[in-house]
Amino acid sequence: MPSALVFFNELSDVPSKAQRELLTLASRFDQSTLAVASEVSQDAQNVVANYGLSKLLVAPSQGDIFVDHALSVLEAAVKQSASDVVLVANDNFNREVAARMAVRLDGAVITDAIDVATDLVVTKDELAGSYSAQAQSTGGTLFVSVKPNSIDDDPQSSGQQLEVQNLAIQSATAAQVRVVATEAKAVSDRPKLTEARVVVAGGRGVNGDFGPVEDLADALAGAVGASRAATDAGWITHDAQIGQTGVTVSPQLFISAGISGAIQQKAGMQTSKCIVAINKDVDAPVFEIADFGIVGDLSKVLPQAAEEIRRRQA
Amino acid sequence: MTEETTAPLKIVVLVKHVPDVQFDRHIDSDTLRLDRSESVLSELDEYAVEAAVALVEAQGGFAAGHEVIAATMGGKSASNSVKRALQMGASSGIHLNDDALAGSDTVATSKALAALIEHVGAVDLVVTGMSSTDAETSVVPAQLAERLNFAQLTHALAIDFDGASREVTIRRDHAERTLSLAATLPAVLSVTDQANEPRYPNFKAIMAAKKKSITEVSLADISLSAAEVGTAGSRTSVLNATERPAREAGTVINDSGQAGIALVDFLAEQKLI
Repeated sequence: MPSALVFFNELSDVPSKAQRELLTLASRFDQSTLAVASEVSQDAQNVVANYGLSKLLVAPSQGDIFVDHALSVLEAAVKQSASDVVLVANDNFNREVAARMAVRLDGAVITDAIDVATDLVVTKDELAGSYSAQAQSTGGTLFVSVKPNSIDDDPQSSGQQLEVQNLAIQSATAAQVRVVATEAKAVSDRPKLTEARVVVAGGRGVNGDFGPVEDLADALAGAVGASRAATDAGWITHDAQIGQTGVTVSPQLFISAGISGAIQQKAGMQTSKCIVAINKDVDAPVFEIADFGIVGDLSKVLPQAAEEIRRRQA
Repeated sequence: MTEETTAPLKIVVLVKHVPDVQFDRHIDSDTLRLDRSESVLSELDEYAVEAAVALVEAQGGFAAGHEVIAATMGGKSASNSVKRALQMGASSGIHLNDDALAGSDTVATSKALAALIEHVGAVDLVVTGMSSTDAETSVVPAQLAERLNFAQLTHALAIDFDGASREVTIRRDHAERTLSLAATLPAVLSVTDQANEPRYPNFKAIMAAKKKSITEVSLADISLSAAEVGTAGSRTSVLNATERPAREAGTVINDSGQAGIALVDFLAEQKLI
């Protein structure tokens, strides 16, 4: 049985949903290790122990140099743990760290994975989810970035003894990039778009008012998304953009409101388990892929649905 | 940006010829490779070309001796993406044309591109799109930074260049923060679709592009063997690729005043609420 190393750049007291999914995936392998490039609190350690990992390697960051520390920690952790597969989140930062390390250590890298079997065959999405492919390493350590919502979060054990070790790291060798300023983004109470179980997305048809989209999202405890037309119009921040040039989501439920469903829009959401579409135009392509479609005015349908959900849950 | 830089800049902008995302795309079931007919310049690379050309224009323009070299790798048709970049204002092109490149994964692709950039020589800045619209891995720029030991300035939302200090500053999203990152050249810069508005070449620019040269080089010219790239040089192998069954249209109703309730009924039936 191969061994796995999970790498987190940061780990808060409560690991994110995507992080818990990676820990679940790692628990399939023997003697799995977690490496974290920041401080790890006792609370976080307790959560990690529930996934049956045997070792935690920690090396808190120092200084304001971008990416170097993560690379150094991952390099040292791969060498020390001699793991066969390295699992990271599928966001830009972690993908880049994994891909650089594959080059540095002459390993392999596969992005957008939805599963990693214990024989190290990786299942992944291709062409924005219109294909599913399987791939494997031809040699060397395999680095895999795993899409959120692909693995069910499922802690296996409790009270497992977690061996915590400080990781000795080499000083960085890469060309330096300095962090000269940091701005926190507005904090939202809604779940993260890429990790959410429910996504309600609005497009051109919301006509500047995301109120009804946000209201239904909140009734369903979901995240809010948008088409490029809506973000380009400045109705909502770019972070919400779903599609070919935005984020890809794969929730249990995707509700599309006032989005035509052009091919670039479908690219970002077509692997959703259930798709509901509301559009005024009966010929909108989104109805071709919707499990349930409503030809109607979203400014009437969405508030009515939100109110009905709240009434039934009351 | 400052008025003029002290020394001419040599910029390589990487462009990729990819299947048009406006149409259905297919993976060949025998070769497990993407069908690359009906290809165009990757839309996201237009932002890279724009960033490179705009940077030069802000530093005294091409008359000041700056170069923007549009570079690509792949078979014969890949040069079409270079032609498009020349129309958008790149000063010359280079095409690594070798059939052995087909099937390269990111490790092999970054190896070939790094060798191509070293062949160009004395490059100050490599500019790329944030991702190709075909493989969508978005990791090749970071791999190039690793191979070339250039600063990694990737996923730029905004770009600023100071000619006097030869320092590039970008903004990028990272976790729940937006960072400003600065590095001195040489650097690899990947550009998001938030960074600029790519220009649309006019007739004059299209005519001017016809006079610009595209140099063709082979693997041998950049001191790589066929075994180091393509499927042979890749660290991953694709075992299979299956088209997901097309989603089927479900029930579509017309709202006659109660569609919101019908929607909630549907969600309840599907056990989604």
